[in-house]
Amino acid sequence: MKYLRTTALGMMLSMSAISFKVAVADEITIATVNNGHMIEMQKLTPKFEEANPGITVKWVTLDEGTLRSRVTTDITTKGGQFDVMTIGMYEAPIWGSRDWLEPLEFGAEYDVDDILPAMRDGLSHDGKLYAAPFYGESSMIMYRKDLLDAAGMTMPDNPSWGHVKDAAAAMTDRDAGQYGICLRGKPGWGDNMAFLTTMANSFGGKWFNEDWTPDLDSPAWNHAVNFYVDLLTAYGPPGSAGNSFNEILALMNEGKCGMWIDATIAASFVTNPSQSKVADKMAFAQSPQAITTRGANWLWAWALAVPSGTQKKADAMKFMEWATSKEYIELVAETNGWAAVPTGTRQSTYDNPKFKEAATFDEAELKAILSADPSNSTQDKTPYIGVQFAAIPEFQAIGTAVGQQMTAALAGDISVEEALENAQAAADREMRKAGYY
Amino acid sequence: MTDKQILEWKNRFAVIGAWLVAILFFFPIFWMVLTSFKTELQAIAIPPLLVFEPTLDNYTLIQERTDYTQYAWSSVVTSLGGTALAMLIAIPSAYAMAFSPTRRTKDILLWMLSTKMLPAVGVLLPIYLLSQKLGLLDTKIVLVVIYALINLPIIMMILFNYFREIPKEILEASRMDGTSTWNEITQIVMPLAWGGIASTALLSVVLCWNEAFWAINLTSSEAGTLAALVASFSSPEGLFWSKLSAVATLACAPIVVFGWLCQKQLVQGLTFGAVK
Repeated sequence: MKYLRTTALGMMLSMSAISFKVAVADEITIATVNNGHMIEMQKLTPKFEEANPGITVKWVTLDEGTLRSRVTTDITTKGGQFDVMTIGMYEAPIWGSRDWLEPLEFGAEYDVDDILPAMRDGLSHDGKLYAAPFYGESSMIMYRKDLLDAAGMTMPDNPSWGHVKDAAAAMTDRDAGQYGICLRGKPGWGDNMAFLTTMANSFGGKWFNEDWTPDLDSPAWNHAVNFYVDLLTAYGPPGSAGNSFNEILALMNEGKCGMWIDATIAASFVTNPSQSKVADKMAFAQSPQAITTRGANWLWAWALAVPSGTQKKADAMKFMEWATSKEYIELVAETNGWAAVPTGTRQSTYDNPKFKEAATFDEAELKAILSADPSNSTQDKTPYIGVQFAAIPEFQAIGTAVGQQMTAALAGDISVEEALENAQAAADREMRKAGYY
Repeated sequence: MTDKQILEWKNRFAVIGAWLVAILFFFPIFWMVLTSFKTELQAIAIPPLLVFEPTLDNYTLIQERTDYTQYAWSSVVTSLGGTALAMLIAIPSAYAMAFSPTRRTKDILLWMLSTKMLPAVGVLLPIYLLSQKLGLLDTKIVLVVIYALINLPIIMMILFNYFREIPKEILEASRMDGTSTWNEITQIVMPLAWGGIASTALLSVVLCWNEAFWAINLTSSEAGTLAALVASFSSPEGLFWSKLSAVATLACAPIVVFGWLCQKQLVQGLTFGAVK
């Protein structure tokens, strides 16, 4: 009996500590990722709470994959777990078209026209804005100027891929652990396929023809992927098939890569002396091209959106407006300096002389963002919107399946031709299943 | 070489082998703790740094950014609650199966164990919807119930084996004296199998503590456990290794200390029935 009492007491103690969730009227819950700018937003939230007494903000930070599945589950089941969600440029128009997100309307003081047109268009559907950009990015070449100078070469904007290959060859010194070029290889529609799509675009490729049939078996994709595999095999670091943004950032900051073509947001990391050993040696150029610059650099935004299932729409809207306003950017600048502000969203940021002085990458970043056009990103006409993705619900599955084939080709497990054949078959299967043709 | 010398050499090799395996298992934990005292730049250094100037910045940052005690409390409550609930169901069930077996007892046990092979993600949506309809999303209750259910097959199997070791004659003698089933369980079976019950409970607590899938998917701001806190420190864009190592060290520390204190019972539970 003594033991039973002990067990029962233990259980009661445990259960007494469990409480049902009690809804707090003015508490809003925000789902986000663990990126530097988002962490800063969390730190500055007390300023919002001070200015809006009665509203308290709770944060749920998740890794990117989990965030996508959590917010998708929540929004499709109307779970009401989140009042503000951090979503990307891929989700905003698709979810907006399904009325899963509240359309956004702002007062004059918000100055919606200050938001860069590419960002506004990418986050809209049928002319309605469904998410407000918190920070945006394109892609560009980040390279070691010291190594290129030593090789007697230069890096113009939009160089040919042939020039990039020559530069990579000149900067490679395998014995010293120095690799000419680092590129994404890890499979995923937002990993290797984000980069490979921009590369294929510049070779004249596209995801889908006008009748929605996949175009991955085209000569353009074949040339692009063969070039990518050859380039990384000859001048890339070992294990490229497992590298994505963070792995390459680590290599770059350690001074192991001569060149990196990736998100413009990386510029702020590689030029930060507290993170990078080569901070003062970095320079930037616009993305390479083969036969066209159209779609050669991607466009992405992490944006804040309000799900239509929220019970606290007014408070959620208030927060979203605050976090994506010009005043918020100024608040970050006051707190951490202009080099730390979220970029890629507003023209006024790039017009600010203090920002221009603090950020060495501002011109290259703005030029890249402004040159990306999601509605006209391929050499031939296509039925889809998006630079490095096609904004259709099926793309996540297709992009990831194709990404796995590309990684297998890069790792040397299968030939490029075999990989593209498999990729075409997978994409065709998915599109047929979805009833596109 | 004499037989004695051969035996000695064999023992030496066995000891060296055991040490190597122990080092192999311990190395990731050692590296995690070491990385937690590095800066992000030191954490990605190639070749990796063994000697460096340690910093507590990562731990300070975790304290600033998160409410560690809230997550730790959730872990404690859900681990203990889940274990207690599972034991409450498992003890009478294992008793029934051990002392009144039927033709199908072994099949039932095997079937229960087979549910452990089901990928958790396969039932995510039904469980999510059920939790939502019951208003249990982001509560500790839902985790307690889930943890109890997912650990129940293992707990049942271990307890069943423990109970079977108890001589039936003791129970028969007590029945001759007219004891009730309740008293039989609480005053005879449980005291006799107390060591086994305790080690099974400890094992269950460890399994609950380390569970991440359900904690990440069913909680948000209120009931997140330390596993969910660790997951929140990975970043798609930016270096995070030293911060992640620090938060993982903080998440592991309580259960490692707990496991160390209860080492004897845990080993007893894990190796039970290995030699008969």
